Amino acid sequence: MNLSSTTDGDKCIVTVNENRIDAAVALTFKDRMRNETEGGPNLVVLDLQQVDFVDSSGLGAIVASMKALGSGRKLALAGLTPTVEKVFRLTRMDSVFSLYPSLDEALTQLEC
Amino acid sequence: MQANLEETFPVQFESGPLAVRSALAEILTGLSALKLEQEELGTVELVLAEALNNVVEHAYPEGSPAGPVDVNCMHRSNGLHFTVIDEGLPMPGGQLPLGLQANIDVDMIDLPEGGFGWFLIQDLAKDVVYQRKGERNVLDLRLAVAVEA
Repeated sequence: MNLSSTTDGDKCIVTVNENRIDAAVALTFKDRMRNETEGGPNLVVLDLQQVDFVDSSGLGAIVASMKALGSGRKLALAGLTPTVEKVFRLTRMDSVFSLYPSLDEALTQLEC
Repeated sequence: MQANLEETFPVQFESGPLAVRSALAEILTGLSALKLEQEELGTVELVLAEALNNVVEHAYPEGSPAGPVDVNCMHRSNGLHFTVIDEGLPMPGGQLPLGLQANIDVDMIDLPEGGFGWFLIQDLAKDVVYQRKGERNVLDLRLAVAVEA
C-alpha cells in the first residue's frame, strides 16, 4: 500500500498512490495512514485522485483513519472518482466527511 | 443494436485475500462485450466485490481451509444475473443479513467501520436470494444493467 505525504503549512496531504482501497489492503491502509499522520497537522487531506475503486472494507478503513486522528483533527477527502463518490453517497458517509472534487479545490476551500 | 452477451461465463477461484481482485478483473473483462457505461461497471464491481469479500471473510474465515468460489453470469433481458456459489460456512441463521443502512447520526467516535457491505448489495442489486443447498451457499442476484428496451 503506497501512501506518500507532504506538509503544506497547516495541512498534511496524504496521497494514495494506488488505484484500489479494498478488502485486500484495508488493514495496511489504516496502518500506513497512522504512520503518515501521527503527530502532524490537525487538518489531513486525503488525495484519492488515483483511486478508482473503494469497497465497504476500504470505506471502513477510511472511517477508522478519521477516528484514529482523534478529536480536534479533521480528515478531508479530495479527488473522488464518480464510482468512489457513489460509495460515500449511498452509505451517507458523504455527510460525515468534507468531499472535494480535486486536491486543488480542497486546498483552496480549506485555506484559512 | 444492443450489445449482447450470448454466452454465460463462469469464473472460479480459490478463496483468499487477493483472489477477489483477480476474479473481479476477470468478470469485468468477461463483460467488456456489453460496452457498459463506467457507472454501470462500477456498480457491477462494487456489488460483486461485496458478495465475494463476504464469502472470503465469512464462509471461509481465517484459520479454516480455503475453498472454491464459483461465479456465474447470465445476460437476460432484465439485466445481468449473477450466481455466487461456495462450499463454506452457511450464513448465520441460514438467511441473508438484513442489510440495513448503518446509523451515522452518532458521535464521530461511534461511527461504524463496517456493516456497509450487505446494505450496498441490497441497495444496488435486485432479486437477492440466498439458499443453503446441501453443503453449498448459493447467492443469486440481478443487476439491472445492459437491460434490453
